Amino acid sequence: MAASSKKWVLGVIALAVLVPLLQPVFPEVVSDYRLFLVSTMIIAAIAVLGLNLLTGFNGQFSLGHGAFYAVGAYTAAILMDKLNVPYWATIPAAAIVCFIVGYLFGLPALKLEGHYLALATFALALAVPQILKYKWLEGLTGGVQGIVLMKPEVPFGLPLSEDQWLYYFCLLVMIVLFWGAANMLNSRSGRAMMAIRDQYLAADTMGIDTALYKTVTFGISAAYTGIAGALSASAIAFVAPDSFGIFLSIKFLIGLVVGGIGSLFGSVLGGIFYVLVDNSAQSLTQFIRNDLGLPFDLSAYTVFGVLLIAIIYLMPMGIAGGLYMAYRKLRGVRA
Amino acid sequence: MRTSRRGFVAGVSALTVLGTKSAFAQKKYDDGATDKEIKIGHTGPYSGPASSYGQIGKTIEAFFKSVNEAGGVNGRKINFITRDDGYSPPKMVELVRQLVEQDKVLCLFNTLGTPTNTAIHRYMNQKKVPQLYVATGASKWGKPKEFPWTMGFQPDYHTEGVVYAKHILANVKDAKIGVLMQNDDYGKDYYEGFREGLGKETGKIVKHVTFEVTDPTVDSQVIQLKDSGANVFFNIATPKAAAQAIRKAADIGWKPAQYLNNVSASVGSVMKPAGLENSQGIITAQYLKDPTDKQWENTDDFKAWVAWMDKWMPGANKADANHVFGYAVSNLMLETLKKCGDTLTRENVMKQAANYQKYKLPLLLPGITINTSPTDYYPIQSVQLARFKGETWDLFGDVMSAEGS
Repeated sequence: MAASSKKWVLGVIALAVLVPLLQPVFPEVVSDYRLFLVSTMIIAAIAVLGLNLLTGFNGQFSLGHGAFYAVGAYTAAILMDKLNVPYWATIPAAAIVCFIVGYLFGLPALKLEGHYLALATFALALAVPQILKYKWLEGLTGGVQGIVLMKPEVPFGLPLSEDQWLYYFCLLVMIVLFWGAANMLNSRSGRAMMAIRDQYLAADTMGIDTALYKTVTFGISAAYTGIAGALSASAIAFVAPDSFGIFLSIKFLIGLVVGGIGSLFGSVLGGIFYVLVDNSAQSLTQFIRNDLGLPFDLSAYTVFGVLLIAIIYLMPMGIAGGLYMAYRKLRGVRA
Repeated sequence: MRTSRRGFVAGVSALTVLGTKSAFAQKKYDDGATDKEIKIGHTGPYSGPASSYGQIGKTIEAFFKSVNEAGGVNGRKINFITRDDGYSPPKMVELVRQLVEQDKVLCLFNTLGTPTNTAIHRYMNQKKVPQLYVATGASKWGKPKEFPWTMGFQPDYHTEGVVYAKHILANVKDAKIGVLMQNDDYGKDYYEGFREGLGKETGKIVKHVTFEVTDPTVDSQVIQLKDSGANVFFNIATPKAAAQAIRKAADIGWKPAQYLNNVSASVGSVMKPAGLENSQGIITAQYLKDPTDKQWENTDDFKAWVAWMDKWMPGANKADANHVFGYAVSNLMLETLKKCGDTLTRENVMKQAANYQKYKLPLLLPGITINTSPTDYYPIQSVQLARFKGETWDLFGDVMSAEGS
């Protein structure tokens, strides 16, 4: 099982590396825009993975990961804008800053459980866009106007387009981060994290330093999401407080639940879902109204909501869980 | 080759300006234009915090439908593609890239919001795709040297600030001015224009206080302004804070000459909550016909608008000024496309957009016209002052203009 899933992962990575190179052959199918879209999916997948480490593997809730995403994005943007730091160097910087912020936030969060923690993180997500606009920080953050950045340039004179390069860069970061997460979860620390999720008292009794694990997990989770934010600053080439509203945090949560809580693979699916459905819901409403001529003036979010309910109803364990169950059922029937 | 094509385009457009039909013109197209259709891209906030502006997009959509029904533009149908950006800059980038690279639109039209348009500003100019008549009043949309592919529409905040300053200098003796300013780029645009209009007299500003758009009240700011001894109050605020400031000034017995920015000149959402009795005499600047103003009922363009609304947007609230805005700006886009004739290239679209002399656009106030040139990317730079009287705005004085200033 383990060997076969490794093969799968390598196969997918090989595919992800090779497909963009087909651009000269199929310029319409593998267009720059599509690559950009896949890059945003990768970024979303990393952010969802960050949330998954916290919620899926450690059992702590967060409605405020948009805040860490914003901190990561602004860290990257300010470094690029004010100090001319190259975009790739902003990734570790964002990770460190977000780890510290996440760790510090994790300390008071120790006293909060369940719903209370959800509310506290929710407050964080509400506060961050306002803090970014604050006048003492305005010199740094650009206030409401935000910061306009340059897109990453292709290095070493490689014969790639900007979007191809961005895609490879995001892909590389994602592979490193997922590899790191998989190793961590497979270690003693990972098992401790999950033990805390499954049975807090038992974990505590067995000598796991629950306070330490919970705060560090909070930090790591924030760092992952912050890296996604930093990547998004490079990809979008613009940051503004309006980009990091409360709905961003909700979207990460949707990606998490739909993709599959407590599943690395599910985080990728969640990221894809989040970008794809957001877009197709809109096209779908337009299709219903303009092409089918039905008199439903549905908002895109109505369609999004209906899809969401359908998926949760049909696949309560998320898409990853649903696929796994289907796979098992198929095998069961055959055997 | 290139120069000869340019010369040719220039010749053709010169002819269209003179009113001669260029029947012999060779057809030239960029992405998004064919013999049959013209693709125009648009995004608007149909959801999210600014969704009340979504009405503008709906009006534009209905407008182009009515144009197509009537035969289209020079025989071509308009394919108007509009998407929901939710007022989110990253979403905007994604959608606009889709419009430009996948849908291959000829140009973008009336995309809404300052942060959203900022997010795509550089991209559009790199791609050399027109970003026409954007729905925001920041002054950065009129910089043809740095951003030759982006053009605004409404009077920019800067111009409006100049107009108030000029009026104060001409009408208020020994003015001591107190300014309340929302602390963002919109507020700063107004304030800079205001200072420019005062010229050497900027010393007349005795107090300048700011607030954040998220502040719950502006009470303390208004008290500070009163204490400064100001006899003129310039209110640069969005509707909620503007109404609070007007009410607070009345509550503490401060009776300055009040100037209110056009952004908040809404009877329903500002003057009524502030108290009609507290709002009497406030001065603002307008450029479009207010749909609640009875005096326009018998003008031709207003009647045409009402008839159009009844037919194409039945059930919509006609008191909503967003419909007036959408209808007016769509007419300008239509005219621009007509002027392009059969040369539907992006270059020609910008060229025609930058080539209006005293064009009378429906629903603009009498005396206000569209003027652009290759160095002037601000289509409307005139406003008329209005004083609040009873329950509506009462226009007075001449149309004031910052054209060329």
